[in-house]
Amino acid sequence: MPKLHWEDFELGAVAIYGPRLVTREEIVAFAAEFDPQPMHLDEAAASATLLGGLGASGWHTCCLTMRMIADGFLLNSSSMGSPGIEEVRWLAPLRPGTRIRLRSTVLDVRASKSRPEMGLAKMNFEVLDDSDAIIMTLVTTFMLGRREAGP
Amino acid sequence: MKYFEDVQVGDVFPVGGHTFTADEIKAFAGRFDPQTFHLDEAAAAQSHFGALCASGWHTAVIWMRLMVDRRRALAEAARARGEPVAAMGPALGFRDLKWLKPVYVGDTIDYQSEVIALRPSGSRPRTGLMSFVSTGVNQNGEPVISFVSTTLVERRPEQP
Repeated sequence: MPKLHWEDFELGAVAIYGPRLVTREEIVAFAAEFDPQPMHLDEAAASATLLGGLGASGWHTCCLTMRMIADGFLLNSSSMGSPGIEEVRWLAPLRPGTRIRLRSTVLDVRASKSRPEMGLAKMNFEVLDDSDAIIMTLVTTFMLGRREAGP
Repeated sequence: MKYFEDVQVGDVFPVGGHTFTADEIKAFAGRFDPQTFHLDEAAAAQSHFGALCASGWHTAVIWMRLMVDRRRALAEAARARGEPVAAMGPALGFRDLKWLKPVYVGDTIDYQSEVIALRPSGSRPRTGLMSFVSTGVNQNGEPVISFVSTTLVERRPEQP
C-alpha cells in the first residue's frame, strides 16, 4: 500500500478501525502502572464510586486509541507528529470484555503557512462499544508530510 | 482531598517529578505508540526530533500516576488526623493538551496543577466540577506539556 501523505486526507472522510478486545487483565495492569485509583483496579471498590463498577482509566482509553490510530493508518503515513489534543471527552465507562472500534472523521485539512513541506489534518475520533455507544471522543491535529511541497 | 467548598481558584498542587529512561520510553511506545522516533535511537536520530523521545501520551500518563500518588498521600495524612476525605473523580475529560517540546531520554519533568474554575454540577447535587491546568517543565525550565482537565469533586455534606 502506498504511504499516506497529507494530500490523501479528504475533508469529511470517515473510516472505522478495530475491533479491539479490552480485557480485565489489561485494564488492571494499565491502572496499576499509571492510574492506580480503586475504580480502575478492583470491582468491589469500583462499585462504590461514580463509575459504578470496574472501568478502564480514561488515559488507558486514550492510549488504546493512539495504538489503533498507529496501526490503522499513522504508521503507514508521512506523520510528523502532533502538536496536541484539542479535546477528549470521557462519556461512558470502558468495561472489561468490550470490543472497541474507532470511527475517524476528517474535520479539516489545510496547508502549513510556514512549512511548505507539511500539511495539517484535524480529525475527530469516536471510541465505540459493542452496541455502537460512544465511550470517548478525541479531537486532534496531525502534522503530515506533503507528496509535493506547496508554494 | 478537600471538599469542593474547600478548594479555591488559584490553588496550586505540586504533583511531583519523573526522569524518563530509554527503557521505559521504548516499553511504553511498544505498547501504545509504536512510531519509530519513540522506539529506536537510530531512526529517531534521522527524524525531525533528532533523538529518541517519549510518546506524548507517556508524558501525560506520568502526570496521572504522580497525581494519584500525591492524592493518596494527602488522603492518608487527613485520615491520620481524623479528618474526612472527599471523593474525587471520575474525570470528564480534558482539552487544550499541548506537547510543547519533546521529552528526551534522561529529561526530568516536574509537574504541577492549578485550579482555574469551580462550578456546581447541574445534574449531581452532591458533586462539584473542578477544572485545573496541569503543566510539566523540564530540567531547563522549558514547558513540555500543558492541558486543562475537569473532574468531579464531592461537596461538603450538609450538617443536620
